[in-house]
Amino acid sequence: MIYDVIIIGGGVTGCCIARNLSKYDLKIALLEKEADIASGTTKANSGVVHAGFASPREYVKRDVCIKGNKLYTQAFEELNFSFQRIGSFVVALEDNQIKKLEEQRRQGTQDGVPGLEVILDKKKIKYMEPNLTDDVVGVLHAPTAGIVSPYGMTYALAENAAMNGVKFFRNQKVRRIKHQNYTFIIKTKDKEFKATNVINAAGVYGAKISKMVGLDYFDIMPRKGEYILFDRNAMHLNKILFPTPTKVSKGILVCPTVSGNTFVGPNAQNITDKKDLATTEAGLKEILEGGRHLVPNLPVRASIRNFAGLRAVPDTYDFIIDNTDVFGFINVVGILSPGLTSCYAIAERVSEFLELLGANMTIKEDYNPIRPKPEKFKDFSKIELDKKIKEDPAWGRIICRCETIPEKEILNALHSPVGATTVDGIKFRCRPGMGRCQGGFCRPRLIEILSRELNIPYEEVMKTGEETNFLVAKTKEIVLRSLEGGSEE
Amino acid sequence: MKKYKSDVVVIGAGAAGLAAAIEVKKAGLEVLLIERDKELGGITLQCIHNGFGLKEFEEELTGPEYVQRFINQVKELKIPYLLDSMVIEITKEKLVYAVNRNEGLIEIKAKTIILAMGCREKTRGAINIPGFRPAGIYTAGQAQRFVNIEGYLPGNTYVILGSGDIGMIMARRLTWEGCKVKAVVEIQSYVSGLLRNQVQCLEDYDIPLITGFTVTKIHGHERIKGVTISKVSRNFDRIIGSDKFIECDTLLLSVGLIPENELTLEAGAEISQNGGPLVDENLETTIDGIFACGNVLQVHDLVDMVTAEAKRAGKNAIEYLDTRYGKELKKQKTFKCISGENVGYVKPDVINKEDIAKDIHFTFRVKYPARRVLIQFKDENNNVIYSRKKIYVIPSEMIELNLNLEEANVNPKSKSITIEVIPRPEVLIEED
Repeated sequence: MIYDVIIIGGGVTGCCIARNLSKYDLKIALLEKEADIASGTTKANSGVVHAGFASPREYVKRDVCIKGNKLYTQAFEELNFSFQRIGSFVVALEDNQIKKLEEQRRQGTQDGVPGLEVILDKKKIKYMEPNLTDDVVGVLHAPTAGIVSPYGMTYALAENAAMNGVKFFRNQKVRRIKHQNYTFIIKTKDKEFKATNVINAAGVYGAKISKMVGLDYFDIMPRKGEYILFDRNAMHLNKILFPTPTKVSKGILVCPTVSGNTFVGPNAQNITDKKDLATTEAGLKEILEGGRHLVPNLPVRASIRNFAGLRAVPDTYDFIIDNTDVFGFINVVGILSPGLTSCYAIAERVSEFLELLGANMTIKEDYNPIRPKPEKFKDFSKIELDKKIKEDPAWGRIICRCETIPEKEILNALHSPVGATTVDGIKFRCRPGMGRCQGGFCRPRLIEILSRELNIPYEEVMKTGEETNFLVAKTKEIVLRSLEGGSEE
Repeated sequence: MKKYKSDVVVIGAGAAGLAAAIEVKKAGLEVLLIERDKELGGITLQCIHNGFGLKEFEEELTGPEYVQRFINQVKELKIPYLLDSMVIEITKEKLVYAVNRNEGLIEIKAKTIILAMGCREKTRGAINIPGFRPAGIYTAGQAQRFVNIEGYLPGNTYVILGSGDIGMIMARRLTWEGCKVKAVVEIQSYVSGLLRNQVQCLEDYDIPLITGFTVTKIHGHERIKGVTISKVSRNFDRIIGSDKFIECDTLLLSVGLIPENELTLEAGAEISQNGGPLVDENLETTIDGIFACGNVLQVHDLVDMVTAEAKRAGKNAIEYLDTRYGKELKKQKTFKCISGENVGYVKPDVINKEDIAKDIHFTFRVKYPARRVLIQFKDENNNVIYSRKKIYVIPSEMIELNLNLEEANVNPKSKSITIEVIPRPEVLIEED
């Protein structure tokens, strides 16, 4: 079997491309090296849909970001993920920063970013965002900026792509790519795939994949960003808050999430180890201090998690979206911020490349762009809830007390297209373990459900992937083993 | 929607809920117990070690043995209970909403409610340990559930952060299972759990206790491979150059417990500084007719103390139904109880002035250990109304005492009572 297109990488970029291509009459597969999609940069970023005025004008990313932002409206209607256009503030704390905001407003407006406004009336600013520091002198308000669950959207994209025929293969780290007779042969640990066209969306490993076909014209450096997440209800922000930017990054922001939490972060640390997702004492201090410049009363005592994510920083500092010299090989790499915002526009650009490459871009008659909204316990009225539990008792067994998640939502996460296979897979799809007790209550129950549904012993239930088991042996086994060992002597 | 009615609804059927329900039923009132787990007994069921019941039964029992005595009484008294049922909402009007698999959504109209939901363990995020986020990190209570209830071992070699009681008890339990506990690491200079556990669970098994240190980094991408521990300064900052690496495949956290009050908050009751609901001397929350007892109110040292408090809550609920239910009574004037020097929190938070002639049961904890102290109660004008010497105080031991404010000659006009634990002034001249 030769696929028309194989996408390498199951992050938001890869899944968005897969979903966009699934409307055409193409045979498509997506390969992900981890046990689940949305495991890399997609899992740990700010979840901000940017308005699009921040990148320099000469960069591709400015263009796709502004377009990408607009495409969210339709995607949200079709895919039913969590997304809110709450608007952002770029905050000036000194008078000389106002000029910068004015310039961003002027250029942004010229380039088609709607509604940009510099607000200098402190009363009005504080009314719009009461948590903001008293030191504010002005803000650039971008009403089209929004917040999204980056992994939630990626699962939605993957589910819809799978509904429309895209095949997903997880645990498939690409080892070699051979290119002969206009066909790519992709080797993984235990499988071989063939395709006419390959799209490299491998995130921080993008350069490595590109080099496999002899394309060595850029490098990707991982840049670590650390975050601290606060409990729901600890603080209610109305706006995404950015400091006035520096050259290196958009700075440390304070931002609400679609689940009602607040986070502070990220910092920006250039590193070399692509597995280095460790948070650091200095880093956590840095982001708290940074965040306090914008919101002095950060609810530090209500922090429930710290984590780090890697951005794939290309040495060009711009997105690399190339129909390359190797015929049929498309690079979509170096997708750092605002990659999440840009993904729908990037996916459209990739379709244009494939058309140039001669792929059959006829729209399928049975293409269904709608991914149904996942049913949630919390969304039901009392009467609906009663009815739901009578229809299926799994709605009546609460597994996660903090987030009120019933067994039914967990079963749906396991059995959806491209469903979860690990405890974290469930956690990121429907939130058990994301609350203030961080899995203390639900974890034994999740292990029980995974063991039952996947028909595996407790010791083989994994957190994220290989070698991340929760339990090592049954009680008495370690003692018995040591006794057996002793008697042999 | 299924609808029930009951004089008293008790939320949570652990040690506190069971004792409170029994108290109410014995007085001839209707009571309904609601439990989210599949059986009665709560967290005490996983505490299979001994040391329970010395006060309540003057016998030494294991956790399950202790709680079984109450479960038996519940069955003898035919107290109705719902299992595998999660309360999702409590209203000010004392409607309780719960769900379970068999009955769907349930609405219970209560005349009074006793909150007995217990507490939860603090997690890694709450104390913000930097590093990776691999598999193999558990709270001590979670590990206890895996081992004692599910029958599985979470790892082979362990470091335990925090010297809480569950952590120390798990150190011994895992040693019995053939696992290796490399160290118990405590950030304070003293153990945060009971002395008896330090002796019987650590010292008797030669498990190293490292005080004044904390975990400053977690290593390992997939499963945890080890931790860095570092000495800390007085302000708990890491002292540079004091790092030590300890190899392990599991990290247990025993860093404290927090009363579990999400339902209480949503019902609109006030929460006080210890994380439990604000209560008066009757253990009544700021919502008329809703009482709280056990670890949902304050974290106790021993289950026997939970039982005693729950019985009081039961009695007070009965009294409420007899004297106050359905009557529009005027808001009483109160004394506010203030935590003074070296006092972490005090229960009750307020005292109704009407009860000035009654014995009030006070419970509180100190913030830090101290020797040769004076426990003092003062009224608003700094008049000492009660004082008592104590040789030694430590945060792990809750201080309980009864005081009759009228006999103590409190100024009835005082708005507050301050409780403080101060060094004894005569220490300087006292012979050793």
